[in-house]
Parts: sequence; structure tokens; C-alpha cells
Amino acid sequence: MTRKPGLFGRVYNGLILLFLYAPIFVLIVFSFNSTKSRSVWSGFTFDWYRSLIQDSSIMNAFYTTIIIALLSAVIATVAGTFAAVGFYNMRRRWRTPLMHINNIPMMNADIVTGVSLALLFVSLGSALRFNLGFGTLLIAHITFNIPYVVLSVMPKLRQLDSNLVDAACDLGCTWLKAFWKVVVPEIMPGIINGLIIAFTLSVDDFVISYFTAGGNVMTLPMKIFAMTRRRISPEINALSTILFLTVLILLIVINVREAKQEEKQKEKLRRSQG
Amino acid sequence: MKKNVSLLVAVCVLISLFAAACSPSPDGKGQVNVYNWGEYIDKEVLSIFEEETGIKINYFEYDSNESLYSLLMLGSADIDVIIPSDYMVARLIDEDMLEPLDFSNIPNFSLIDSRYKGLEYDSNDAYSVAYMAGTVGLIYNSAMIDDEITSWGALFDEQYSGQILMFDNPRDAFGIALKYLGYSQNTENEDEIYEAYDLLLTQKPILQAYVMDQIFDKLESGEAAIGPYYAGDYLFMAESNEDLVFVRPEEGSNFFVDAMCIPKGAKNKTNAEIFIDFMCRTDIALMNMEEIYYASANYEAAEEFSAQLDDGEYEIMFASEAVLADCDVFIHLPANILELYNRLWTDVKK
Amino acid sequence: MKPKYLAIPYIVWMGIFVAAPVLIVVFYAFTTADGGLTLSNISEMGRFLPIFVRSFELAFVSTIICIVIGYPVAYILSREGARVQRLIIMLIMLPMWMNFLLRTYAWMSILENTGLLNSLLTALGLPALQIINTPSAVVIGMVYNFLPFMILPIYSVIVKIDKSLYEAAQDLGADTVSVFRKVVFPISLPGVLSGVMMVFVPAVSTFVISQLLGGGMVMMLGDLIDMQFLGSAYNPRLGSAIALVMMIIVILFMYVMNRFGEGEEKAVGL
Repeated sequence: MTRKPGLFGRVYNGLILLFLYAPIFVLIVFSFNSTKSRSVWSGFTFDWYRSLIQDSSIMNAFYTTIIIALLSAVIATVAGTFAAVGFYNMRRRWRTPLMHINNIPMMNADIVTGVSLALLFVSLGSALRFNLGFGTLLIAHITFNIPYVVLSVMPKLRQLDSNLVDAACDLGCTWLKAFWKVVVPEIMPGIINGLIIAFTLSVDDFVISYFTAGGNVMTLPMKIFAMTRRRISPEINALSTILFLTVLILLIVINVREAKQEEKQKEKLRRSQG
Repeated sequence: MKKNVSLLVAVCVLISLFAAACSPSPDGKGQVNVYNWGEYIDKEVLSIFEEETGIKINYFEYDSNESLYSLLMLGSADIDVIIPSDYMVARLIDEDMLEPLDFSNIPNFSLIDSRYKGLEYDSNDAYSVAYMAGTVGLIYNSAMIDDEITSWGALFDEQYSGQILMFDNPRDAFGIALKYLGYSQNTENEDEIYEAYDLLLTQKPILQAYVMDQIFDKLESGEAAIGPYYAGDYLFMAESNEDLVFVRPEEGSNFFVDAMCIPKGAKNKTNAEIFIDFMCRTDIALMNMEEIYYASANYEAAEEFSAQLDDGEYEIMFASEAVLADCDVFIHLPANILELYNRLWTDVKK
Repeated sequence: MKPKYLAIPYIVWMGIFVAAPVLIVVFYAFTTADGGLTLSNISEMGRFLPIFVRSFELAFVSTIICIVIGYPVAYILSREGARVQRLIIMLIMLPMWMNFLLRTYAWMSILENTGLLNSLLTALGLPALQIINTPSAVVIGMVYNFLPFMILPIYSVIVKIDKSLYEAAQDLGADTVSVFRKVVFPISLPGVLSGVMMVFVPAVSTFVISQLLGGGMVMMLGDLIDMQFLGSAYNPRLGSAIALVMMIIVILFMYVMNRFGEGEEKAVGL
């Protein structure tokens, strides 16, 4: 058997975790600082949280981010799932090049994706008389989300027993019905996974949004970028704290649920064996 | 799994409903998209405007004339009001990127001081209404620098190495170098521009950073000791750090007027004109002046505000004729010179 | 209806929003404003050689540091109990979920001349360090932001190594060091490679980290491209040319890495 890591190893990993968390703790601590200083502690206050909530442009950016993320994640999940099923049923000769194109937005540097989409929107926009804005931002997000959905659904399709669909068809199901009743439930974990990835990517994206949103919409990351280039207010720290706590709580909830489900499955397994 | 999905859908619906409730009520007044410099307005003014007119403001900021120009060119964004400086107004007019204003919607234009009317960048007053004016100067921290500074030379002085900030936009940066060398800020002589370029190159190693509005924090906190910026912003910074000193260098400086314009194709042109008119109102101009300390183009507001200033502050906000005589006003340069600026600026920064 | 037709809408979508934009970048890079063909944008690249060199150098250094720091983390972690592994993986992922702008901003307040690090050093009687606005600050920012992208793929490969492999090696008389050298390390290389790609590409093209921590003094390719599109020197044709050249170099780099990876996989017989 392999040995457990020694004290040295554990201290090392502890230090790396410290490296990862120290800056975040600094942010959190100074969100309660009563002056604007970012290095000298001068007393406790909640003022920055208050002014954060009253700052309508930050709240607007927050809503925009959530709406874009939800819409783009849902649309990308539906489109990506259909695309994956389609690709899966294609001959290799067609599938391989299409998968390569599918992978472009994932492999490419964000800034290249961003500026190339911006150029496309500008040229299309001058022909079709539209401007960069919410619509182009949404299209950009859908575009960089779909490949991840395809990649997360694909492996589930490979695991799918093709006899299942055939059997359903033999029993008189149309192909479409077989798809809904048999295929979709089987690949659901992949779909959900894709949805979650798409949502988080969309919430987190700065670079592509920055180039494709035009002048009229702002997502939260864009707002944060703008804030760091102004007279910096500890509102940013307050915002960081809130985001950090939200993510922390979400992760804990998800993990507790997963642990419970695993527990249940083990229980089932034990019973069925016993 | 099914539960998961329905939960997610429910959350989606809830949030979009919530968002719909928060978005502007469509009471027919519509909206206006305003682009302004960072730290260049009393934000209170925006809510007053929304309350009085029922027009919703979407307010955004930019940090230099050049990045505003890029945004207009690339973004073809739905922007209704912009506030570029003199030379950029001229460039935008020259490139047919502005809408002529309908002054019947801007009665308060009569409150604009005549010295901000008919200026070279828009000599017929067809496209722009002046907002604020000011000069560029050196701001330094007297607790960190003992000498009395009187010249742009301080920005190129090795003894302050690592403490110096510099403008992060080509026109202001080259403008300072040209002035220090004794040339016009509007020179079209390529040799002079190249000389300025060489000076900026030798300056780079002793700089701490290229900044725009980041300068507020860096000078206020003592992170850096000296940097050039706009006069009004000095008065703003001095509120949080008494050691800061403002000086207009002896070589002369730059005088600027920032003016409100409407980009070509703006979707809410009438609302934009209503907003411009609103910004010209005396009480609003006063509020803005009190917040940002630039000299308003509204003469009533300027007069009223100057009454509460001491001589020093007055001189910083409203430069005297003698000072202005030494200042250049940026003008729009021909295309080949603009291209040279772009090229050399990229080369400085690389 | 055949299931393969389900992909048609997305194929059209890809044509418009994935393939066409790339072609437009190529088109912009090789044309003038009035539509004529030109090589002048590409031939300008020589001027930007210092920026190319700096970007690839800083990205390379950051990637190496990420491997050196991250590999041991993944290796040590893989030998912990399942519960601890799960907890620590969660802890490593958690900061990634917070926006990277905020994480980079945090380093601004730490590294500044009057920042926390220097306050600490001065309090200890040590000389203050000038880090902010230097390439070191940018490297610190990149390592901090991208380290989890290196740890996770390496970890996911190491943790899957069949325990019986270790036992077999140990039965054959190998000590811990040679088990690591002969078994774990070769098998984990694909993880390292995917880590390298996940770190290197965003690092070489970043403009946020260099702007926040470099103070405009450490210009990278991303800044240069941004400058031509939304920055202070509007010239999207030149910007497209720079983006195109960068993209080609990155693709070549990844191709070489992939080839290298395939070779390694064959060598260990996977």
C-alpha cells in the first residue's frame, strides 16, 4: 500500500492553500475597514456594504450577469445536447472535422474569440443595422458555452447502450419518442453537468464580454474591471466578500447533498446484497 | 434529477420576473445612454434627472478621449451623449460621427459663458455644448518631495525614479513632452514629435506607472510622489491628502474644454438633448462643480461657486488670462500626424 | 427524421459564430481600410517583437512555476484519504469560482509600495520591495490565478493510477523514489500537458493581469491587441494581424505539445 503523506507534505500543501486564500482574506478583512486604506486597519464598519447595495450600476451589472448566464446556459444546453446527439450519430469522416471546429472557442485565447466576434458583429451590424449590446453579448456567451455542453454530453452518449433505442423502436416508439423517453434520461447527468459548467463560465467571463457587449450593457466582471481603473472604493471588497460567501455556501450545499446521495446508494447496495 | 431541472427552471423564471420588475418602467419617456469621463459628475444629479423627467439614464464611464473614440468606432454602441474634449470633438465632426444638435431643445445653452462658445473645434456651435473646462498641471506630494517643483522637468528627473506617474493616453503624454521641449502641443513637425518620443522613451525606466484615474488612489495614499493630471482633480485629491501641491509648470500647459455631443445615429436624440439641457442648468452645474472642482461653462454657476473659493483655489480652477496665454488648446491634427501619434505611442508603451 | 440532422442548427451556428469570425480576423489582417490586399499589417510584427518575446517569456515562466509548485500538491494530495482529498480539492476550486479580476485586485493591495507586504516587511525591520508594476508582479498574478488549472489535471491523472501498479513496483524491489520516477511521473505526464495548455494560453494572452499589476509598464500581447480595439490606438486591422500571429504561434505550440504527449503515452504503453 502507498504511504500517507508525511508531515512535510502536509505542511507544504497547507502553505499552498494559505497562498490561495491569503489574498481573499485580505479582501474580506478590508471590506470592514472604516477608511479607504487598503493596508492600514482603522476601525470596523458596514458602510461599504450599504453603499454597494445602493449603487444601482453595480446592481444592474449583477442582474445583467445573472440573466445572461441563465439564458445562455439554458440555450447552450439545449442546442449543445442536440448537437452532441447529432454528432454522435454521424460518420466519423464528418464528425471529426466538426468536433475540431467545435473545439475552437475552447482552445483559442479568450481575447481572440472576443475580438473576432466583435469584428463579426460590427460587420453584420452595419449591414443589418443593429448595434453591439445585450443581443450580441448573449450570442457570444452561447457560442463559447455550447462546446463545453457538447463535450460533457458526448461521453454519456458513448456509454449509452445503442440496443436501448433499437428496442424502444421495435416496441413501436417513433425515433423522437425513443429519444425523449430513453436517450434523454440516460444522458441527463451529462446535460446537467454541461448546464452548470455553462452557467459558471458565463458568470465568470470578462474578456469576451468586454469586446462584444458594446457600450450599452455591462456585466459584473466588466463593472469590476471599470472599478479597478477608477478611484477604488472598498465596495469592491464588500462585493468580493459577498461573492465568496455565496460560492462557499453553494459548494457546501452541493457537497452535502452529494454525500447524502452516495450514502443512500451505498445503503441500497447493501440492502440489495443482503 | 428531474427535481433538479424543475428547480432550475423555477429559479430562472423567478429571477427573470424579478429583473423585469427592476428594469425601467415603460412609461413612454424612454431612456438615455450617457457616456462620461470617470469621476466627472455628481452622481446625485443623475437621480434628480430621472425623477424630474421620468427618463431612465444608463450611465457609463470611459477613461480617455482615445478609448471613447475606439468604442464609438468599434462598438457602434447605442450611445446618446458623450463628453469628449475639444480636439476629439473636432475629430468626430471631421469624421462625420456627430449629430447636429437641435438647440430648441437646449434653451439653457444661453447660460453658457460666451468664452466657451464658437471655439475653434466647433466654430458654429452646431454639434457641442461646453460642459467643463480646466488646465493640466503637476501634482506632487510635498511630504515626499522637498524641492519646490516648477517645471515639467520633474517628470523626467531621475532623482524621483520610481515615484513618477505619467498620463496613459497619447495626446496628453506627448503634449507634456512637447511643452517641456518648448514646442507647440499641436505641432505637425515630425522631427519635433520624434524628439518628444525620444524623451518619453528615456522617461519610461524611471516611471512607476502609466495611469489615468488610477492616479487618484496613488497620489492620495502616497504610493507615488508626482504626476500630471487635471486641475479640478487636484482639488478633489487635496481633500484626502493635504500634502499634495498643484503647480502649473513654467513652460506652459494645456487648457481644455470638454463638451457634450450626440454621436451619429443616436437612438434617443431628443432625450439626449433634454439631458444636455439639464446639465446646463445652473443648480445642476453647481452641484457638479462642488463635486468635481472643474470650472463649469455655465457662467452663473461659475460666478456663484467662485465666491466661496479662496484665491489659491480660484486660481487653480479658473486659470487667469496670464496663465492661459501660456497654455495650448489641443486641436484636431491631420490624419498622417494622428497615425504617427498612434505608432509612436504604441512604441513608447511596448 | 434521422438523428444526425439534429446537429444541423449548431453546424449553421458554428459556421456563423465560430468559423466566420476567424476568417474575418484573417481578412482584416490582410486588407486595408479601402479593401485592398496588403501585407503591411503583418510586416509590422517586427516592431512588436519585444512584446511577443515578453509575453511568451512571462507565460513560460509562470507555467514552469505552476508545474514546480502544483505538481507536488497534486502528488501529496493523491496519497491522502478520500475524505481529505475531496475537501482539499474543493478548497482548491473555491477561489476559481470567484471572479479572477477580484483575485488580481487583491494582489494589487498586497504588492503595492505602500501595500500590506511592504508594511509587514518594514514592521519586521526588513527593506521594502518594489514589486508592483514589474514583470514579477505580473508573474505572481498569473501563477496565483492559474495554479489550480495546473493542480487539478495532474491530480486527476495521478489519482486514477491503479494502486496495484505501486504494489507491483514495490514487490519488484523499487523504493519510493524510483516508484515515483518510473511509475507515477511518466503516467502523470498527460495531466501535466493539459495543465500546461490550461495555464499557458490564458497567460500568454492576458491583458487584465498585466494592466492591474503591471501599471501599463509591462505590456503583453493582450494589452497590445486591446489597445488596437478598445484602447488608445484604434487600429483593428493591425490588432487582427497581431491576434492572428499570436493564434498561429499558440496553435503550433499546442500541436508540438500534443505530439510530445502522444509520444510519451506510447512510451509508457498506455
